[in-house]
Amino acid sequence: MIEATDVRFSYASKIEALKGVTLTVKDGEFLAIMGQNGAGKSTFVKHFNGLLKPTSGKVIVDGVETTKTSVASLARNVGFVFQNPDHQLFSETVEEEIAFALKNFGFAADVIEKRVTWALELLSLAQYRKTSPFLLSGGERKRVALASVLAWNPQTLILDEPTIGQDHEQKEKLTQFILQMQAQGKTVVIVTHDVEFVAECNPRVVLMKEGKIVAEGMGKDILTNPQILAESSIVLPQIAQVFSKLSALGFPKNVIDIYEAEKIILNAVGSKQR
Amino acid sequence: MAIIETKNLTYTYPSAAKPSIAEVSIKVEKGEFVLITGPSGCGKTTLCRCFNGLIPHFYQGEMKGEITVAGEDVLRRHTYEMAKHVGLVFQNPENQLFALSVEKDVAFGLENLGVSRPEIRKKVDWALNQTGIYDLRERSPHEISGGQQQRVAIAAVLAMEPEIIVLDEPTSFLDPLSAQKIFDVIYDLNRKQGITVILVEHRLDLTAKYANHLIVMDEGKVRFEGDPREILSSEETRLIGVGIPKATLLYKMLKKDGLNMDGNTPLSSEELAEQLLETLRAK
Repeated sequence: MIEATDVRFSYASKIEALKGVTLTVKDGEFLAIMGQNGAGKSTFVKHFNGLLKPTSGKVIVDGVETTKTSVASLARNVGFVFQNPDHQLFSETVEEEIAFALKNFGFAADVIEKRVTWALELLSLAQYRKTSPFLLSGGERKRVALASVLAWNPQTLILDEPTIGQDHEQKEKLTQFILQMQAQGKTVVIVTHDVEFVAECNPRVVLMKEGKIVAEGMGKDILTNPQILAESSIVLPQIAQVFSKLSALGFPKNVIDIYEAEKIILNAVGSKQR
Repeated sequence: MAIIETKNLTYTYPSAAKPSIAEVSIKVEKGEFVLITGPSGCGKTTLCRCFNGLIPHFYQGEMKGEITVAGEDVLRRHTYEMAKHVGLVFQNPENQLFALSVEKDVAFGLENLGVSRPEIRKKVDWALNQTGIYDLRERSPHEISGGQQQRVAIAAVLAMEPEIIVLDEPTSFLDPLSAQKIFDVIYDLNRKQGITVILVEHRLDLTAKYANHLIVMDEGKVRFEGDPREILSSEETRLIGVGIPKATLLYKMLKKDGLNMDGNTPLSSEELAEQLLETLRAK
């Protein structure tokens, strides 16, 4: 469990990036933190594994206050995948990259071999095992960064913009993967702008603006509220956009799921024809 | 005459086992808004790097076939000569920012071309305003957020007013509303000034509506090229993993369910809502 209480944080430039954020992430929860650029989303989640320590307020991860422990010991339970994969990749081959943390955590060689193979397959990277991460495309590098964290199987996963540069197929795999992690009781926190992705996974949504939380609730309710979204520089998902226009004919507004949309429209047509 | 034309363009990075793009033959007319999409690693970025000669001049490797951009044979021109014709915005903004301030980064290209001071001032201010970063002009490009950096990279290219703007997932770090604003600016330049736009994107939900020419790549090859409405409504496109806009997808599902709608395949929620309202009111 992650408990952040009245977290404030200022970078060296004295600009206050977080202005008192309080949030609890329960074990096994799937949470999406959304909001405009510079809202403090990335700054906030970097507190979850101790990469950043609050200027005031506190963050408690699994009962331990982050100021009282090291990033290394927090990292075992809280895996962090950065927005920009180039901030975390450094090895000569994809395989070494994924094995690196496992070696650091002291896993046995045969376990490392198994885990690396598993992570490579999971993220469709098996063909690049011996390739330099820097020869891969942006989307592929992002997956290498993800694989290197997944390999050590942390209880909590923090994914900063996981869908950037990912094609449709990889996004669908990511959705399935997150749902699978959830089924295993893991905690997943994503920072994202990708409304379509959020509409598909339907996590709890927290909206941030200028260093504060301005709204929270289920995706279906938050992502269909144009006033709240406009304030956070987020555009409605396409299905929600369609239904906000159809509301002129008495259709519900809070629809984000394409299959639900299909059903509602067909029902409406059917009842008119009868 | 086409502003960009490639014939059987094939390119292999140094020490790569197989070509990243193979037998690519495309034709882009002046003033088109071209959207290039396809699965990760399909060669989109590689193709973009060919348009201003970064490939093969900077990346080396082996190139076969022909490529003409703005009347120039890219293989026989220096990258700095191509820079007058083609502005390229990279996927990762950090790869192209280096000056001490945002303003200096945006002015750099113009200074290199020997543009006069007052003219530089005017163009830089315009580009900063268009991308919504005028207030950041004195900040260091390295202490601003990823999304803000992307806007700096876009401003630097807009300031040069090239004939062709190539944008490789230029707004991936931006929030949706900021991304939409940037796309609107680019679309406006395309409509009003006839600047040819080549946009690489996975997120067709946001971008399909701007395009009048779509190129779908897969495994280094061009799989489909032509009218976005036609291509996005074909079943094969979906099968190779292209993210069809949700509005287009819902339209296809409803048609299959037997709902009769007249008109074109919609590429945006506005277009779909309009058709649905019409259909539902008529019933």
